[in-house]
Amino acid sequence: MKLYFRYFAIHLKSLTQYRASFVLLTIGQFLTSFSAFLGIFFLMERFQTVRGFTFSEVLLFFAVTLLSFSLAECFARGFDTFSSMLGNGEFDRILLRPKGTVFQVIASKVELSRMGRLLQAVLTFGVAVGTGEGDWTADKIVLLALMTLCGAVFFAALFVLGAAVCFFTTEGLEVLNIFTDGGREFGRYPLSVYGKEMLRFYTFVVPMALFQYYPMLYVLGRSDNPLLFFSPLLSLLFLLPVALLWRLGVRHYRSTGS
Amino acid sequence: MKKLRSSVRPYAALFRLRFVRELQYRAAALAGVATQFVWGAMEILLFRAFYETGAETPMTFSQLVTYEWLQQAFLALFMLWFWDADIIECITKGNIAYELARPMGLYRMWFTRVVAQRLSRALLRCVPILLVASLLPSPYRMTLPASPLAFLGFLLTAFLGLLVVAALTMLVYGLTFFTMSPGGVRIFAAAVAELLSGAVVPLPFFPEKLRLIAELSPFAAVQNLPLRIYSGNLAGTEALVFLLVQLFWLLALWALGGGLIRRAQRRVVVQGG
Amino acid sequence: MIALRNIQKTFRVPKREAGFGRAARSFFRREYTEIRALDGVSFTVPDGQTVGYIGPNGAGKSSTVKIMSGILTPDGGECEIDGLCPWRDRKKHVANIGVVFGQRSQLWWDVPVADSFALLRDIYGVEEARFQKTLRELTELLELDEILKTPARMLSLGQRMRCEIAASLLHEPKTLFLDEPTIGLDASSKIAVREFLKTLRREKNTTIILTTHDMADIEALAERILLIGKGKILLDGSFEELRKRHGGKKLLTAVVDGGTVPVREGLVLLEQKPGLWRFSVDPALLPVSDAIEALAALAQLRDLTVEDESLEALVLSLYREFRV
Repeated sequence: MKLYFRYFAIHLKSLTQYRASFVLLTIGQFLTSFSAFLGIFFLMERFQTVRGFTFSEVLLFFAVTLLSFSLAECFARGFDTFSSMLGNGEFDRILLRPKGTVFQVIASKVELSRMGRLLQAVLTFGVAVGTGEGDWTADKIVLLALMTLCGAVFFAALFVLGAAVCFFTTEGLEVLNIFTDGGREFGRYPLSVYGKEMLRFYTFVVPMALFQYYPMLYVLGRSDNPLLFFSPLLSLLFLLPVALLWRLGVRHYRSTGS
Repeated sequence: MKKLRSSVRPYAALFRLRFVRELQYRAAALAGVATQFVWGAMEILLFRAFYETGAETPMTFSQLVTYEWLQQAFLALFMLWFWDADIIECITKGNIAYELARPMGLYRMWFTRVVAQRLSRALLRCVPILLVASLLPSPYRMTLPASPLAFLGFLLTAFLGLLVVAALTMLVYGLTFFTMSPGGVRIFAAAVAELLSGAVVPLPFFPEKLRLIAELSPFAAVQNLPLRIYSGNLAGTEALVFLLVQLFWLLALWALGGGLIRRAQRRVVVQGG
Repeated sequence: MIALRNIQKTFRVPKREAGFGRAARSFFRREYTEIRALDGVSFTVPDGQTVGYIGPNGAGKSSTVKIMSGILTPDGGECEIDGLCPWRDRKKHVANIGVVFGQRSQLWWDVPVADSFALLRDIYGVEEARFQKTLRELTELLELDEILKTPARMLSLGQRMRCEIAASLLHEPKTLFLDEPTIGLDASSKIAVREFLKTLRREKNTTIILTTHDMADIEALAERILLIGKGKILLDGSFEELRKRHGGKKLLTAVVDGGTVPVREGLVLLEQKPGLWRFSVDPALLPVSDAIEALAALAQLRDLTVEDESLEALVLSLYREFRV
């Protein structure tokens, strides 16, 4: 952990070299997600509810998804841009250092301009709480934090999945955007709005609903089943196959050197 | 005639080059098609949930479905955020000496390149999406154009829309010459364009006043117009008025972008870059 | 101590087929070409030795270096470096070695070099006092004093290479791998790098494995030369032994107006440009005077020089001899 902060300090220092660029990028990131926010606002203004959820409730779903995604992007960006790391030999350098590969890839990049999205997510939380009527008890706040955290790990795992696939092929990777960028886009609304089949897909195949949808029912007071607290943790099971694939990928790389 | 042919030839060559290049990235094209199809389907499912509330809507569901499929099929044609990495590198590294050495105006050359790139990419990718979308079961099926006239209107405004988006792209490239943060300018422009072009939510769903502003902006002249004409959401005099707005923006953006690039060129020449 | 025994490595390269139909077919059933990169490589290097590892491009140099540094796992054979197997004990092993790639940087691009060094200290877990001492020594020997505060991207190539070498030595590795450390450097930087490596060997007894195409590096540094070609070690010996073995070969440079190249045993054409031919002559097979005579008979000579063969030419004739 201490070592991570040393890496972090280096990233901060490089950032100061490009201050103007950083500020503009951050504002740009903010604007991008702000237009998504406006989209929700316009539609909810017109239709009032969607599948029984109100504007401020939908905003909570949006905020959790956006916050998880931008945290993952901030801190696991190294995996998101991993193909370039393989291309320019940076990964060889990683293998030459006496530390784990996953740690080093994470530490190799910190994308602070994603703070723009983070800010948008936090503001959205504010609007959602301000306009909503939920009464905020400690257990709900804890659960919301847990959902966000597990969500961030989940999106990071998706990035690792994409990176691990890079070890085997350089083509057709863009399909994974359906789950990464798609997860961010489709997660603006409760995953149940897309219909039963889609909800099932997001529960069992790409288990995003486990942190985005089911536990939110508890937060919104639509369910008082305490088992829902385990739901976000369950989504972390997704890490297992991903970690396995990563190890396979590293082994493949070390035996082919390509 | 001969003169015309020889002046067209370099552009034709540029086009051919782009098409061949695009054809080589088959895996990327396939991935793009799959992504766009899923995107369209999810958007339609989302609107289905909204339409189930029974509230009054400015577009019929069938119009909306057709709008969404067309938007995904022609994504590469109309979205502002398809940038040309080579051109951007040229600009940021100040490395346009090569480009200036060619016997063609910089603006025209890059404009042609942008149009060619978008056209080649879209033509390759739209076919499978349109095909699948028109075979889906009914309410999710993409319908035929509202009328033969609507189809002609679609073709005309889609072509002009492509020119407008290319002109917008050139404007962003022009601005890139004058800023410290090329990435910042691009993401800025893309965010604004996405909202006002009706990519986030179709413009008819905007609140009344904002809708008017958005519809008169150059961004609405890109995909909003052709897609709504095709689906029959816009017709008659109203469509004609927006066609004039589209033409106005095309000329204005050409003038603006051309001026900007010329100024940038002068600056580069003075600096000896 | 480095010991390699019968290291094998084969790469499978997918065949790229031209044409749409074939490309589509290979999408489903890929065909592979097998390339034997290393075909039973064995050698041992005692502590403190400097070895020049040479061979033409694609001979297997970099595969061997990657295996020894733990990046690549071989198909067969054994490798032990200071009691560790590089690919099985990667983390422990890489803490004992330093690696410099001449064409790639390990410095963080936008921050002062000193910050990169401090981060490397943390990655390798070097004690502060030791780190300061090592850094002082390296700074003095490589004259880094004035550039430590400069971001890496603003350094000249020579300055950067000095920093790269320092960066690889901050954790005081017992073994140093250098891959083309002088590529692209100007003459004075090359000499500075060589002088430093000599000092390093003398004072720290570091084992150095050097791959390079610049024979002047080898001449200045290597006590021993390993020549690899087609995945096999072809020659192993000191520079003097090599010379003796190919003893007394002469380099013959002829400026000609035309004519045909003579074919005689002991006369090897090294290079042929319009108007300029270069030969290596083996006096044991063909006296130099006979060679000149043969040449004069077939070509319109304008000028002729005879000199001792340089290491460069020696290596070139070795490549020819082994057909690599």
